[in-house]
Amino acid sequence: METLALYVPRLLEKKENFAPGHRACSGCGEALAVRMVMKALGKNVIVVMATGCMEIISTQLPYTSWEVPWIHTLFENTAAVASGVVAGREALTRKGKASSRTKVVAMAGDGATADIGVQALSGALERGHDFTYICFDNEAYMNTGIQRSSATPFGAATTTQPVGKISMGQNTWKKDMPAIAVAHNIPYVATASPSYPFDLMNKVKKARDIEGPAYLHILSVCPTGWRTPSDLSVRIGRLAVETGVFPLYEVENGKYTLNIDPPQLRSVEDYLKLQGRFKHLTPEMIKEIQEKVEAKYAELVEKVLFYDGF
Amino acid sequence: MKRVGLESSLAIAEAVRLAGVDVVSAYPITPQTHIIERIAQMVADGDLNASYIPVESEHSAMSGCLGAAAMGVRTFTATAGQGLELMHEVLPVASAMRLPVVMAICNRALSSPLSIWGDHSDIMAARDSGWVQMFAENGQQAFDLTLCAFRIAEDVEVLLPTAINIDGFHLSHVIESVLIPEQGEVDKFLPELPRPYVLDPRKPLTMGDFATPELYIEAKKSQDVALRNSKKVILQAWQEFEGVFGRRYSPVETYRADGASVLLLTMGSFSEVAMEAIDRLRESGEKVGLIRLRLWRPFPFEEFRQVASQADLLVVLDRAVSFGGPGPVCSEVQAALYPLSKKPQVAGFIGGLGGRDITTEGFEDMIRNARKKADAGRLGEVEIIGVRE
Repeated sequence: METLALYVPRLLEKKENFAPGHRACSGCGEALAVRMVMKALGKNVIVVMATGCMEIISTQLPYTSWEVPWIHTLFENTAAVASGVVAGREALTRKGKASSRTKVVAMAGDGATADIGVQALSGALERGHDFTYICFDNEAYMNTGIQRSSATPFGAATTTQPVGKISMGQNTWKKDMPAIAVAHNIPYVATASPSYPFDLMNKVKKARDIEGPAYLHILSVCPTGWRTPSDLSVRIGRLAVETGVFPLYEVENGKYTLNIDPPQLRSVEDYLKLQGRFKHLTPEMIKEIQEKVEAKYAELVEKVLFYDGF
Repeated sequence: MKRVGLESSLAIAEAVRLAGVDVVSAYPITPQTHIIERIAQMVADGDLNASYIPVESEHSAMSGCLGAAAMGVRTFTATAGQGLELMHEVLPVASAMRLPVVMAICNRALSSPLSIWGDHSDIMAARDSGWVQMFAENGQQAFDLTLCAFRIAEDVEVLLPTAINIDGFHLSHVIESVLIPEQGEVDKFLPELPRPYVLDPRKPLTMGDFATPELYIEAKKSQDVALRNSKKVILQAWQEFEGVFGRRYSPVETYRADGASVLLLTMGSFSEVAMEAIDRLRESGEKVGLIRLRLWRPFPFEEFRQVASQADLLVVLDRAVSFGGPGPVCSEVQAALYPLSKKPQVAGFIGGLGGRDITTEGFEDMIRNARKKADAGRLGEVEIIGVRE
């Protein structure tokens, strides 16, 4: 293990295109994910970002953490702005003034993706622009104070779907954004987690090298909003995968692959009990979540097997 | 150069083709005009070598323009009415980020009731978006001002989005006689200009940051200064345009205004009808004239004051309602006149909403009515004219 610890960092790109000194909370899983994404992407990219945590923490005038060209305009239009950047790149390429290999990468939170920006995203995926869209999912509007989104999981407490005398927090199941992306018949869709750095970076590179739209959905542990200790973010990210709450898979031209397939899923309780946002859950609710997670996981395994010819 | 009969919408599309636009990001409806359809056909036929993004809404149309303009390429879109309303959030971002998008707006009424016909409600609601805004009165001007818009927006001293307003239906769907120049003439007027701030991996820039109270107001002041200063370039561009094409444009244009004691003020295509009314009244010996406001933003204070201050009475037609307040153009000109020691009285009228015509007689009545009100000392309130009670 010790030798591996010495060796592994050498496999990584040293250059930090998402530079340190930003204002993310300690233990921020999203900042960690962005850092890995930027290591994988390299220099020849243009980043288009939605309003949200990462925008606020990294670009307060007159500072910036971005070592690559970066643009932010609004909350819900990131995929549309990216469409324009791609079209602009095409125009410059026609005139021999830009490289067609410059990748346009849109980044947005779960609210900017699954709620307010879903129309613009659907439009851009349908039109087939050559760009990668990355959703950093911390499962609520964290930047503004933990308001619920459609990506907030069942049972989680948020400030706009709080636990009360007659409420147990979020009463809907998490919107399945990767499935919505898959429904657009795009060449590449994948889920990833910064708790699995090499899997994440390989997927980013794959998405970058594909021509056409690619969608990555990255679960980003948020100590502030999930009410978790800031030194457990990587651990909790692993538990999300090991319990089957957030399986890591990819869909290449419709073909499903499970990237991490534990021989046996851990109980969801292992994941839930570490998080303050779930501390009010009753055994019945935990059972309901367990059943839902197992059913969804079985559906996914079914799709993987189908494409494997079973 | 050739003279052709062309719908004004198509004249704008023709200007876009001759300008060699690089990216068009557009939604065709809410409500529809022929500009985008014609551009799509030009791209399909290879007559315009542009990337055309058929987006899913006007909000995305303008957002696509932001992205393309940030790459430093020539960018165009068109919209109208509800579409401009849906874009509303994106408009001030284009100006604040100094992205020189050019947009044609076929001015339409706003719901409800649903109306696809023309008035100025849409652009008046977008007045404070920080765009350069000008009005065309006929098909030729729609063509000319579209070419000028690129020249102005992309000037390194300006770098501001620019809107050309043409009246929905009254102009957008009307076939007019338009002189179309040769490509060489357009190229002479519209060279590719250097763009200092673009998204380029070889020279990374962070665009669209977040500002705390320590810096926000500085950003806003510099934006306001930029829009005010753009008038210098606008005047220069129009002068260059006259040099190449022989047609002259000014921020404030007049018709038989010399020695007029009463001046009527209009914007857009209704100005041409108003000219006929002025002719008739002049024939009957009345000292009346017309101000046609070409440039709406930056507001041409100096030019306007110079013309308007000569009159005793200024009659202003608004084609939009600021509910519960004065007409938007009227309040603007009153504010511009207020500091002057010698200034005309102002009579404000609202009319021509939702496609309702104002005829020559209508303008004559308006002027007579304004005179009566002035004589009776009843100029305080705005009047909505032509209403069936």
